[in-house]
Amino acid sequence: MVATEKINMPQLGESVTEGTISSWLVGAGDHVQKYDPIAEVMTDKVNAEVPSLFSGVIHELVAQEGDTVQVGDLICYIESEAENGSDKLSEASVGYADDQRSAKEMTDETTSMKKRYSPAVLKLAQDNHIDLDQVEGTGRGGRITRKDMERLVAAGTKSPSAESAKSTVAPDTNKQDASPMLQETSSQQTTSAGDVEIPVSNVRKAIAQNMVRSTQEIPHAWMAVEVDVTDLVTYRNQMKDAFKKEEGFNLTFFTFFIKAIAQALKEFPQLNSTWAGDKIIQHKDVNISIAVAKGQELYVPVIKHADEKNIKGIAKSIHDLAAKARSDSLTADDMQGGTFTVNNSGSFGSVQSMGVINYPQAAILQVESIVKRPVIVNDMFAARDMVNLCLSLDHRVLDGLIVGQFLARVKEILENINKDTTSVY
Amino acid sequence: MPVQSYIQAITAALREEMLRDEDVFILGEDVGIKGGVFGTTKGLYDEFGEYRVLDTPLAESAIAGVGIGAAMYGKRPVGEMQFADFIFPAVNQIISEAAKIRYRSNNDWNAPVTIRAPYGGGVHGALYHSQSIEAVFANQPGLKIVMPSTPYDAKGLLKAAIRDNDPVLYLEHKRAYRLLKADVPEGDYVLPIGEADVKREGSDVTIITYGLAVHYTLQAAEKLEEEAISTHVLDLRTVYPMDQKSIIEAAQKTGKVLLVTEDNKEGSITGEMAAIIAENCLFELDAPVQRLAGPDTPAMPFSAPMEDYFMMNPDKIETAIRDLAEF
Repeated sequence: MVATEKINMPQLGESVTEGTISSWLVGAGDHVQKYDPIAEVMTDKVNAEVPSLFSGVIHELVAQEGDTVQVGDLICYIESEAENGSDKLSEASVGYADDQRSAKEMTDETTSMKKRYSPAVLKLAQDNHIDLDQVEGTGRGGRITRKDMERLVAAGTKSPSAESAKSTVAPDTNKQDASPMLQETSSQQTTSAGDVEIPVSNVRKAIAQNMVRSTQEIPHAWMAVEVDVTDLVTYRNQMKDAFKKEEGFNLTFFTFFIKAIAQALKEFPQLNSTWAGDKIIQHKDVNISIAVAKGQELYVPVIKHADEKNIKGIAKSIHDLAAKARSDSLTADDMQGGTFTVNNSGSFGSVQSMGVINYPQAAILQVESIVKRPVIVNDMFAARDMVNLCLSLDHRVLDGLIVGQFLARVKEILENINKDTTSVY
Repeated sequence: MPVQSYIQAITAALREEMLRDEDVFILGEDVGIKGGVFGTTKGLYDEFGEYRVLDTPLAESAIAGVGIGAAMYGKRPVGEMQFADFIFPAVNQIISEAAKIRYRSNNDWNAPVTIRAPYGGGVHGALYHSQSIEAVFANQPGLKIVMPSTPYDAKGLLKAAIRDNDPVLYLEHKRAYRLLKADVPEGDYVLPIGEADVKREGSDVTIITYGLAVHYTLQAAEKLEEEAISTHVLDLRTVYPMDQKSIIEAAQKTGKVLLVTEDNKEGSITGEMAAIIAENCLFELDAPVQRLAGPDTPAMPFSAPMEDYFMMNPDKIETAIRDLAEF
């Protein structure tokens, strides 16, 4: 059996890594016996003869005399009459590294590594407010690598989450999971000595989530009108003591505002609506949410069918809901179904504010403080009771024209409330 | 600049230091008339004479002990262990005496001795001529261990070792002796002991290694560049005490770290490097720290295929880097 075998430069001493062929002792076609010397090799340590590893015929001399050859490199081919090629030692392929525990073993190719985040990736995500769910990983099994993150940061794509959340607003208004950004806006703040850490209550958490969601999803715009409520103030002040005595609860200014707004909403249903992605839903019922503060908490219970109630009915609803809020007995039903929010910001002395829309409604109206001011009426100064109504609108649903008409209508209704036009009962 | 081999650079450093300072002398087995079994001290006996190039009996503890004593009296001895494998009879002298004398005498005494020893395998040297022994000495405060990876570093670091006022173990890879050739400046230059050296800048994977493995790593790195895998290579140069700052910086650079040693894996220098990285770099790490090392067998095998299997080489390093890069 004939096979072509390679003869390589042998190791000729412990620190020797190369040798120079000083002369060939054989030529192509020569027959050699196993262990016959075939070449003389010179190194800077030793001069030695290279033995043939096989019996056979020299086929080709690869290295020339004078060539310096690395240990293990080919010097010639020989046609061996081998004993079944059993001397293939020099060609034995050497496997290795199979005992090295590699990173590969930890990442089965078939399992997804998308959600396995390294400390570096997590840190970069937090520092740069990047939502990892939105990042395409280039590592094994789809793993997000530090380089992927560094590339994102360098490209200035600060927060893919914020953008995609805006472009894909949930059509389902009751959808509970806000965009992943919202929950974790920041656990990175540091405290210094003397600071007090207050754990966040569930109510506070819910408020925070709703506020973040509203400001992130809804493009807010603002508008305000000034209303002369002198007649209303006079009327209410005349009525209030008798009313209290008769009914057992207060007749507040706020009640009249709710009444006027409910009436105007019936006429302008565009404001009584919800953005739903591919459509706008106009609600038939006019359910007005009112903000009720209790200690550190803020509740927004709902006056159902406010448009169907008279002044007394609205006053009673406000009284009942406020009492329930103070006694912690508001039910889920009390809080649901609001279509528009009216906030009595004037009760804090505010004269101007920009409300955050009560998601997913389309607008919120802030009733500011009633202030007695000099106003020019018929070219003369007069002391009038003035109030600002500030409205925040969802600019996806509403534009300035319709909101302006709505506010003008509310103003008109309020300015015409007096003993002769409006009955409390 | 003339091209010198690793061994020529070492010989040059010895000769220049002997010319510069007549307190420098060499002692070891066959270092004199024969010029060393590898030829490292060739010509020095003829140039400096029998009182500065001493052929000693076959007794390593005596080579170390005489060196330490002479050093404490103001000489600058350079002892040679013929093979690092034979250093063990001298361990007591090196660890218990040389490394501790400054501390034990409250600074009254010090031992500026250099002990050179050829280590490492891949030379078909088998059990007693192939070992890596640095880990045995790498937790002895008072002792420094230098393991150069290039002819340039070999010369500059040997000069630094000889001039150091405390004991230095200078380990030279015997396969590197005639394998590595590079430009080495003529004349005097000294490299700092205790400082690692970035041998290649890169951004995908950091490899930290030392000795001959640096050379293999650079070969692998070159190949991987064609696949657009960018490697950052840090050469420890001094393996004890470690240059922690450079290790931390290199690890932080890419967050993917491969530690390479020719030594047996468990208990090797790489473990200490991994610990330093774990202590300092958690939030920069992007992959588990990987170690590439020899198998935990008692010695380098003699059989050629088995030696190839044991020995570090560019292919193994290339595979490990690629694996980390893809992680």
